[in-house]
Amino acid sequence: MAKQGTKKNVKLKFDTQWQYSAAPESPDHIILADKYDLFINGKFTSPQSKKYFDTINPAKETRIASVAEAGQADVDAAVSAARQAYNKVWSKMPARERGKYIYRIARLMQERARELAIIESMDGGKPIRESRDIDVPLAAAHFFYYAGWADKLDYALPGMKAEPMGVAGQIIPWNFPLLMAAWKIAPALACGNTVVLKPAETTPLTALKLAEIIRDADLPPGVVNIVTGAGATGAAIVNHAGIDKIAFTGSTDVGKIIQKALAGTSKKFTLELGGKAANIIFEDAAIDQAVEGIVNGIFFNQGHVCCAGSRLFVQESIANTLLRKLKDRMETLIVGDPLDKNTDIGAINSRDQLNKIKSLVKIGINEGGECYQSSCSLPSKGFWFRPTIFTNVAQSSKIVQEEIFGPVLAIQTFRTVEEAIEKANNTPYGLSGGVWTDKGSKVFKVTSKIKAGVLWANTFNKFDPTSPFGGYKESGSGREGGMHGLSAYLK
Amino acid sequence: MEVKEKIKKTIQKHTENGHSVNGSTVINKRIPVLKTYKLYINGQFPRTESGRYYKLTNRDGKVIANICRGSRKDFRDAVVAARKAQEGWQKKSAFNKSQILYRIAETLETRKAQFAETLMLQGYEHQAAEQEVYASIDMLVYYAGWCDKYQQVFSSVNPVESSYFNFSFPEPMGVVAAIANQQSGLLSLITTIAPAIAGGNAIIVLAAEKYPLTAIDFTEVLNASDVPGGVVNILTGYSKELHTHFSSHMDVNAMMYCGNNADELKTIQTNAALNVKRVIAVKDIKEESPYRIMGLQEVKTTWHPVGI
Repeated sequence: MAKQGTKKNVKLKFDTQWQYSAAPESPDHIILADKYDLFINGKFTSPQSKKYFDTINPAKETRIASVAEAGQADVDAAVSAARQAYNKVWSKMPARERGKYIYRIARLMQERARELAIIESMDGGKPIRESRDIDVPLAAAHFFYYAGWADKLDYALPGMKAEPMGVAGQIIPWNFPLLMAAWKIAPALACGNTVVLKPAETTPLTALKLAEIIRDADLPPGVVNIVTGAGATGAAIVNHAGIDKIAFTGSTDVGKIIQKALAGTSKKFTLELGGKAANIIFEDAAIDQAVEGIVNGIFFNQGHVCCAGSRLFVQESIANTLLRKLKDRMETLIVGDPLDKNTDIGAINSRDQLNKIKSLVKIGINEGGECYQSSCSLPSKGFWFRPTIFTNVAQSSKIVQEEIFGPVLAIQTFRTVEEAIEKANNTPYGLSGGVWTDKGSKVFKVTSKIKAGVLWANTFNKFDPTSPFGGYKESGSGREGGMHGLSAYLK
Repeated sequence: MEVKEKIKKTIQKHTENGHSVNGSTVINKRIPVLKTYKLYINGQFPRTESGRYYKLTNRDGKVIANICRGSRKDFRDAVVAARKAQEGWQKKSAFNKSQILYRIAETLETRKAQFAETLMLQGYEHQAAEQEVYASIDMLVYYAGWCDKYQQVFSSVNPVESSYFNFSFPEPMGVVAAIANQQSGLLSLITTIAPAIAGGNAIIVLAAEKYPLTAIDFTEVLNASDVPGGVVNILTGYSKELHTHFSSHMDVNAMMYCGNNADELKTIQTNAALNVKRVIAVKDIKEESPYRIMGLQEVKTTWHPVGI
């Protein structure tokens, strides 16, 4: 027992004792075409642009399929299909019937959940455990939740007559491809709008599978149109005169470009942008639970999360202990094959994103930050990045200020509650935040003072269709999810 | 005294005696004291730091006052004051805020004749002036009532699947900058100020160029109604000059524009993208709605654990 006193030597050893057998999810039942067209007016249509691009598996760097690149003429066709469907069918249909179509989508997604999860992990690199347990069920739940709103909208905005906006143009990111499609499409349809949606260029496949589901659900043609492509396709949607509302999820930089582009037009918009969330650990927190929360906050989905807890603030008195425990825990994280059910951290979504993470980490080191990475092995092919933490950083450090969108955590300490709040709010972002303490009153004190849209107490990165999500300040405007998410799609 | 007659006399005073330098007419008359109109920043009445002014004339082209032509620096000072005051204002209880808004209405009610007069001095017809003052007072009472109610109407407890008490409620965005409608001397100020401060924001408003007198007179009402300094700041000056500075300031969270100039609105919306400012284009300054309050609120969602 006396030996235990020298705590510095206590270290868990995982490298030798803990061996996991591979537990890969089999993709043999997955049916993927070699080439995908645009989903316009209820049909898969070859692009007038005649262009296709490849989508690859970031864990293997192999091509999965070719996907159409929508040009201006294709976006025109999609918008006009959406307009027709809005004028002639969707806005005229009794709300209850509209709701039933949305319920159908939810059910079909649940039926095909396993397939969707595997494709999500293949195309985007996220661990199968996450796509299976979080992304896909949540996406289906989102449709289910909003389906029920369709004939109850007058209760959502007291004193107002709920009216749809018209045609919604929606642009979504690559970090939660199917879930973001659900967040966008479900409330838009429930409110009586029709949709032109563009998935991200590196992760178009589950949105195209969703298009199949929408077709199989017999949704009236043109109510949902899915056009694949990159930035130019997105710009064509943003600038299209036939669109009434833009909903965008992505980086703050692009969000600002969109907001600027919409100046002087009558288009409404909602933006879900970047973040640099503070995760604050007080000395009275359950420390092991907090370590799990830190890991979940920053390493969930490879850190490709706009609300990731990328700035950690630890009360000084527990900093050493917590850091040791965090490093130990990081050693146990398995980085590798996204389709393996043991995997904690999958592949970085693209080579571009990997390069961005690498360059920011380099800047962090050059600015004097102390960098620590887990010693895990990485597969030889694919895009990978080890779980990384930085100590000895300042409020002004680039890695403290800028969103990295990768598994990189910047750690700072604080002494008082006020100091923690001050530091947490010292950012142009305001999407989310976390507080860890055993004291309920402290939770409320801190969460009420942090300028962010979603605050988690003794947890992090939790989502639910009934829970509104969205940012303050430069993290965007508007809410998605819950009752508050409806106003984004009602006049 | 009949308001009408009083106004007539006031106008006469200002136009005939007020600025008259014709010594022969003043021998047996009391010389009225003229007021210097200044800005309202941080609960104080500074002159514009720029030293610039513009002339306000009556219908006959007679100069009634030199008005501060507020500058970018004045605005920046006002933002600093507003930011400093906002947190304390937000922290005040909803009931307290409600009473303070009601107090503004009370104070204005006792001065309604003065405000009607001053509107007329600036060119309003009698009836229009009275109506605008009454509408302004009533709007203040309307929003006073919302101070402790909109949270209940627009909050929710969200039935999440996991074991958390999850709730969403509105919080003020922070600092709001507003530009009044150029055709309105008082109501346009109230339509920006009342929903902003009812929701716990601090605000900086640029008064209509043609109607600065009522705006500055109104600051005296604010000053006498327990509104903490910095919560409402009022500038006078040119919309065409200041709208770019209002909209490009990086410490302003939201912008309300009540003007009718499409180019100005477009510039405001363009600049707003610099820090993802929310822009609210107010089309109908008479509209009263809790959604005016909500337009300047952020919805915060908290996940609080349930368990032991």
